[in-house]
Amino acid sequence: MIGIPGISLAIIGISLLERALGFASEYKGESKTLIMTSPDRTEITPEPLYLNRRNFIRAGVFAGSAAVTGLVYNAYRPDTITPGPKASGAEFGELARKPEFQSSETPNSFEDITNYNNFYEFSTSKTAVAREAQALKTDPWSVEVGGLIEQPRSFSLQEILQFPQEERIYRFRCVEAWSMVIPWVGFPLAALLEQVRPTSEAKYVAFETAYDRSVMQSSFSAGIDLPYVEGLRLDEALHPLTLLATGLYGRPMPKQNGAPVRLVVPWKYGFKSIKSIVRITLTDKEPPTTWNIAAPREYGFYSNVNPTVDHPRWSQGSERRIGELTMRETLMFNGYEKEVAELYRGMDLEKFY
Amino acid sequence: MDNARFLKFVLGLNALLPLGLLLFDAAIGSLGANPVEYFLRATGVMTLVMLLVTLAVTPLRKLFGWNILIKSRRMLGLLTFLYCSIHLVTYSFFDKSGDIPAIIGDVIQRPFIAVGMAAFLILVPLALTSTNASIKKLGGKTWQRLHRLSYLVAILGVVHFWMIVKSDLFYPALFAVGLSALFAIRIYYSRATKKPLQKPGLAIRPD
Repeated sequence: MIGIPGISLAIIGISLLERALGFASEYKGESKTLIMTSPDRTEITPEPLYLNRRNFIRAGVFAGSAAVTGLVYNAYRPDTITPGPKASGAEFGELARKPEFQSSETPNSFEDITNYNNFYEFSTSKTAVAREAQALKTDPWSVEVGGLIEQPRSFSLQEILQFPQEERIYRFRCVEAWSMVIPWVGFPLAALLEQVRPTSEAKYVAFETAYDRSVMQSSFSAGIDLPYVEGLRLDEALHPLTLLATGLYGRPMPKQNGAPVRLVVPWKYGFKSIKSIVRITLTDKEPPTTWNIAAPREYGFYSNVNPTVDHPRWSQGSERRIGELTMRETLMFNGYEKEVAELYRGMDLEKFY
Repeated sequence: MDNARFLKFVLGLNALLPLGLLLFDAAIGSLGANPVEYFLRATGVMTLVMLLVTLAVTPLRKLFGWNILIKSRRMLGLLTFLYCSIHLVTYSFFDKSGDIPAIIGDVIQRPFIAVGMAAFLILVPLALTSTNASIKKLGGKTWQRLHRLSYLVAILGVVHFWMIVKSDLFYPALFAVGLSALFAIRIYYSRATKKPLQKPGLAIRPD
């Protein structure tokens, strides 16, 4: 949007600057040579006219360059897509709100949750995803569920929405050391897995995000292998906190947040909570995961929120809650230690980061 | 106002404009969901932009004969230092709550912080000696040699940026390419001036 006027203004600005500079040096050179070589003094611009023209050009350079700087600044400024009126959950009917999944913490605003997203398929800029992700086509949508299960099948979005939906307020901690509190809408992944009945060999669950090259960027631009893949151990996937989320703030999932259906694993770093899922596969081996492929030393398969195990490049001991200016302490398993510590009993969490 | 001063004024204004806009947007809450992160990144990027602009003065003079730019160079260098200082203060205050031991711990533990801090510490003596008195005191040669450290600052700055991004290396790479181009022009011209033909006496040939 800003591109074309920005470029044309940049060209005007540069040409004005060049003219001002070029004109100045040209004139100085000419004034000497003209006097010496040309007897026709009328070729020399009269001084008042020259000064007027100079002031005019200077005003142009001044305003033009400032306009270009302002436009460049504006192009990079985080823009906020204003969401429509807040729905009261009408899209989902009456949502169950189990007391154990509510929170005393105030959720982040809908604006913040929907304008600060990591979704590398659309943009590596967290503030540009909201705009870019609107190109995602979510209708029709289906999720292929296969692998080591008794009943491989495909779920349409309508079928996914048949599972009883509830609202859960979870903390969300990104590996980049920022966090939010989000009122998700969804249902336990366990409910879906129970329907397809994993076989006794199934030990892991692999997930895959939609990858539509017509609206998403290349792996090269994103800097990560695409399609995006994630995975959980089967017991993690069956844990009651693990959610298949279909919405937030009582509304269908916004595209930038991973419409129409995504995973939410609140005790793990955000990148484990894979967005816009098209495939769920039960496996007997630990499935590959995108960020682990990109930087194995930095992002492990487990990626549990752990303030005592730092990212090789930055601290995980504290985080910035969106809406706050300074940092707060990061909690073990993102504050879900009581619920999930049992899953990792006896494991060296520095080794299995 | 002569052209050199006018140019200096325009360059200074355009260099400060992003800072003014950033502070304005910060005041009205228009820096997105994570304003501190945005401000930190923007001032860091502006430091790199200003470094490259400052280092572009000599190559532009050599390529196009734009000697008029030399009058703006010291100001551009000082504005680089201004952005760098704001970047450091933002990090120290908002990321580290002004906790000096924690900042020292960060420098020791995290290579990208160490590289950034090194760049800042090198900039300090350069900024302090940006006066006519310092040039006189040090002598032109020594002063120039000291200020060649700005190349090192630029390299450290780009490395610092490169080390913090997660996967998208486009912008760090852009700065690296820009810096390499500036170096290439300098090296080309410093070699060219060493050719014997350029020595005084030999350059004058009777027709």
